Amino acid sequence: MKILVPLKRVADPDNANKVKPTADKVDTSGLEWKINPFDEYALESALRLTEDGKAPKKRLGEVIVVTVGPKETETTLRSALATGADRAIRVDAEDDALDGRMVAKALQSIVEAEKPDIVLMGKQAVDGDTNQVGQILAERLDYPMATFAATIQEEDGGVLVSREVDGGVCWLRLKNPCVVTVDLRIVAPESVYSLKTDKSFKHNDGVRFAALPAIMKAKKKPLDVKTLGDVAAGTELTAKYSKFEPPPQRAAGVKVADVAELVQKLATEAKVI
Amino acid sequence: MPDADDTHELFRKSCLRFAEEKIIPHVIEWEEAGEFPRELYNEAAKDGVLAASIPEEYGGGGGDMLHSLVRTEGLLPCGSTGVVAGLGSLGIALPPVMILGTEEQKKRFIPPVCRGEKVAALAITEPGTGSDVAGVTTRAKKDGDDYVISGSKLFITSGVRADQVTVLTRTSEDKHSGLTFFIVEKGMKGYSVSRALKKTGWWASDTAELAFDEVRVPKENRLGNEGSGFVALMQNFQGERLGLAFMGHATAEVVLEDAIAYSKERSAFGRPIAGFQVTRHKLATMATKVLAAKTLNHSVARRVLAGEYLVTETSMAKNFAAQVAQEVCYEAVQIFGGMGYCRETRVERLSRDARLLPIGGGTSEIMNEIIAKGLGL
Repeated sequence: MKILVPLKRVADPDNANKVKPTADKVDTSGLEWKINPFDEYALESALRLTEDGKAPKKRLGEVIVVTVGPKETETTLRSALATGADRAIRVDAEDDALDGRMVAKALQSIVEAEKPDIVLMGKQAVDGDTNQVGQILAERLDYPMATFAATIQEEDGGVLVSREVDGGVCWLRLKNPCVVTVDLRIVAPESVYSLKTDKSFKHNDGVRFAALPAIMKAKKKPLDVKTLGDVAAGTELTAKYSKFEPPPQRAAGVKVADVAELVQKLATEAKVI
Repeated sequence: MPDADDTHELFRKSCLRFAEEKIIPHVIEWEEAGEFPRELYNEAAKDGVLAASIPEEYGGGGGDMLHSLVRTEGLLPCGSTGVVAGLGSLGIALPPVMILGTEEQKKRFIPPVCRGEKVAALAITEPGTGSDVAGVTTRAKKDGDDYVISGSKLFITSGVRADQVTVLTRTSEDKHSGLTFFIVEKGMKGYSVSRALKKTGWWASDTAELAFDEVRVPKENRLGNEGSGFVALMQNFQGERLGLAFMGHATAEVVLEDAIAYSKERSAFGRPIAGFQVTRHKLATMATKVLAAKTLNHSVARRVLAGEYLVTETSMAKNFAAQVAQEVCYEAVQIFGGMGYCRETRVERLSRDARLLPIGGGTSEIMNEIIAKGLGL
């Protein structure tokens, strides 16, 4: 089993975003970066699908992580290698030169070259929240797709995916190669099973630690660099950001004397009833 | 400050995550109980944050000295120096085995500690002697194939529950070349814990006085030749002191962060105290001191990592960071006011913990003597 995991580096949500008024981009200076949490879950799922849960040190498949971004994003890739991914690819690009479609086009070229069985990625990035790259990629590749996966079971030549939907669980059986985007419950102890992992096995809850021996080994794992021109030649940006501004400051609350006044204010001022 | 390479940054993040997920939820309980569960050693080993700089072939992390140091930076936000020090006692107990031990001894004494199955401690200080190791009186007398050790050791971190103790003894009257390390193991007849010590800070770390009453130790537990202890000890001191220096700036950095956050929340006279110049300038000075200590520590650590032997600079770094920790903790408690005197806050705990820094691993006065010697005085 060979799995490609696209990763996006995002600003740590704990950092207050520093948005310059009237600026057409978010000022990223001084921000702490981390892997988009949903992509981290995808990586953890990919590792679980390429090992026997009882003997996780032995790799039974290959996990390739890929990111599109400037040189600094190699730290993101190293941290993925340190948690167990086998090799990494960085497509060199400035953040401003990217939109969802451009990233999907770059990933398409890499998928065509690497021919993974599964492209496993986060359902969306927690910065832009556009929730589109997986879908555009599947469409461009003409691969079957499952979004918002809550569980994944490896089957012969494909995967069985469950998705939590309103009113129940939707099960999708996909043939490889396919694109799967994951939701947060994918890292629960009983969410992901490779063919080698016994169904009675329970994984640790959450994503694994980057232990120091693995961090040291990650230094020696291959990290290839491609240019955006190599993988997305002739593609134009279709989304252009014109303005960012912070949400308006919340106004202070008011105290009401009784229920009647509350109802009156909700109706006439807040206009919610 | 940029790291030597990104393995240090990644490792710091793993340690921070360990602190947030596995220590912080229990830290107050463990501090009040005066110890943390032994299982934490296994957990730390499993998550790869226990034995940073021990080579992988002996079960360690395979990192370098700087990995051990950034581990302190990553773990200290847990808010209990005692937990950090308790988990870290192998960092001072194992190097003598690495430096002096035979292959067989390394394979025997190191991997179980790195797996978190055994707790290791280092025993140098005695009731009558500290950094002046020429005064060590715990004796190891040769008797056939064995040695018989008699004496006592004081202020031993992790001493109460240690399964093996790296003990500095005297094997001859020669002041420096008469010192020899042994591994004394729990269960050896005559070895006992005299008492657990109650301390100002470092509550979650057990600290012991150990008694050696004619403990018979096989020669297989002697590290290096007779008289080889002093050189290994001097090397070990450098690592320990740099570790304490890092503890200093890491402590100061954590309480600074808390003080900044609190100053924005806490109001007096109708506005947040961060709005008063007296607070702002206090915080500005604190931040400057933190940066200075951190920069000095990292600069010395980098040079030591590159192979320089920097006794004077290491002592300077330890003294400066220990002093910065005192000053920044004091001001942080002032900013917290009453809350800074209450045990539920990290500032209160760390301010007590920090008092150890100008004492442990050689007092500020001893450090100054070393520095003065380095100046040719």
